[in-house]
Amino acid sequence: MSDIRLMKGNEALAEAAIRAGCQAYFGYPITPQSEILEYLADEGRKRGMIVLQAESEVASINMVYGGAGAGARVMTSSSSPGISLMQEGLSYIACAELPCLVVNVNRGGPGLGTIQPSQGDYFQATKGGGHGDYRLIVLAPASVQEMADFVFDAFDLADQYRNPVMILADGALGQMMEKVQFKEYDPKDHIPDKPWATVGKPATRPRNIITSLHIQPEKMEQINLRLQQKYATICEREVRCEKVSTDDAEYLVVAYGLAARIAHRAVELARAEGIRAGLLRPITLYPFPYVPIRSLAETVRGVLVVEMNSGQMVEDVRLAVEGRTPVQFYGRMGGIIPSPDEVMHALGGLVNQAVEQQVEE
Amino acid sequence: MANEVEMADIRGMDLVYERPHTLTEARLHYCPGCGHGVVHRVLMEVINELGIQGETIGVAPVGCSVFAYHYMDIDMQEAAHGRASAVATAIKRLLPTKYVFSYQGDGDLAAIGTAETIHTANRGENILVVFINNAIYGMTGGQMAPTTLLGMKTSTTPVGRTVDVAGYPLKIADLVAILPGTYYVARHAVHTPNAVRQLKKAVTKSFQHQKEGKGTCFIEVISNCPSGWKMTPLEANKWMEENMFPVFPLGDLKAAK
Repeated sequence: MSDIRLMKGNEALAEAAIRAGCQAYFGYPITPQSEILEYLADEGRKRGMIVLQAESEVASINMVYGGAGAGARVMTSSSSPGISLMQEGLSYIACAELPCLVVNVNRGGPGLGTIQPSQGDYFQATKGGGHGDYRLIVLAPASVQEMADFVFDAFDLADQYRNPVMILADGALGQMMEKVQFKEYDPKDHIPDKPWATVGKPATRPRNIITSLHIQPEKMEQINLRLQQKYATICEREVRCEKVSTDDAEYLVVAYGLAARIAHRAVELARAEGIRAGLLRPITLYPFPYVPIRSLAETVRGVLVVEMNSGQMVEDVRLAVEGRTPVQFYGRMGGIIPSPDEVMHALGGLVNQAVEQQVEE
Repeated sequence: MANEVEMADIRGMDLVYERPHTLTEARLHYCPGCGHGVVHRVLMEVINELGIQGETIGVAPVGCSVFAYHYMDIDMQEAAHGRASAVATAIKRLLPTKYVFSYQGDGDLAAIGTAETIHTANRGENILVVFINNAIYGMTGGQMAPTTLLGMKTSTTPVGRTVDVAGYPLKIADLVAILPGTYYVARHAVHTPNAVRQLKKAVTKSFQHQKEGKGTCFIEVISNCPSGWKMTPLEANKWMEENMFPVFPLGDLKAAK
């Protein structure tokens, strides 16, 4: 491990991208993630990265398409409105199976919204987002350390599955400073050969074509089946989550990213008051940890989902729980971060409901 | 097939004209009389003659030439509608010693992709942009293009394009010519053998400029659309000369220094 550094989340992510061997960054400034572009425009260029400030997020994502198609390790980053502009391009990238990293430092919406942190883009990130049947692999960091660590994982997963990977953070994780250590990583050991890339056709092979166009429906169905098979493999192999105090938990809190840090504190407060609470933090939002949540739902007396939105991931939690135990939701919207006390209060509501239910029974 | 046997029998001095090996053997899907096939051939002849088949990456558009990569035997990428120059930008930046071109129609380049077109040219990306302007949306069935002439009837200008409803035909080559990032901007056609020869010279020059890193080369090709214009190929070529050329005059808009 290298030295400990104190960095903003956005900067740590950018530094990790350089160390992960990212060859090109294409992006357009938008708050609260412009430090990524700024850091790379300075540090990245000095260390050989191509860094292009594009005319729009639309151009950025299509540059990512071109660069990934040319066989390079490439990325872009933006925040919510800019990510909306990229949805068409992401659909093309998913269909053409181009590995790349897209970072969304989520801010409050809808519309132009606010520049404060939010988790309002969960649906967009995890359910496809653009047109057609496709999925991104979505990683949700909860610390500056993970803003860095997940960049390496994201590029490796992208290459392994030839699939776009999104790091879904939020404005607070992007802006806050914490200590971070960069892991040892040699891109040469990780980046695979890309014989499908368009780099100029030698006489020894047929031409390579990067496309998402398959006009014959029978062909397009086959492409879709192959994608779905890939997504099934990803769901089987790549689910990641963190569990805190779940072994003896009577009440389970499910939260990701920044909300999980707050929920973690609320769980500690609850434990101090004798409530046996635990936390499950999804790290991969796609693939979603349905199975770990389902197995905990067998034993707990209730589940509380905490998000910085109107209740998006709670739908996946309910799909996981399938009625085994009550599921309640607590969230704040529009750039407001809930406090641990608020979460604790919501947890108290869940406990009361469970106790009342027991009395009735 | 009899035809193939006959072709195979042509040898030596009898062989005066053949398909460049940079074109695949796929049969063109273009309508009879359409200019796309000729422009494809010109591009591939030049790539063949320059010996750069293995060093060239093309970017296809959305529009009639969406399947350009079926015919061009080089590595290619199919871009989203309007984004070919952004895609080409990234390829060229990452592979600066390779030759990169985009091939785009009027809707792709001058309507939905205007921002990418202008900014690619303004950055002076070292690529060739080939722009086919036939003043109509052929693939979607003959709707108005940004370059549709005033008075011209299309399925979305049924009484003819008028300024009050749809503004003026966009002369995007003139726009990119004033940008310092462009090195060479020219307007050509493929309706006569001489015009084809002129285009071929322009394409050859553009690849040479690209090798020298001179900046963006932009070649507009005024083309016909017999199906969209509802004319025979001969009528379409005549109409093009009489109506398109006065609005989009042929020649260098920015001569290479």
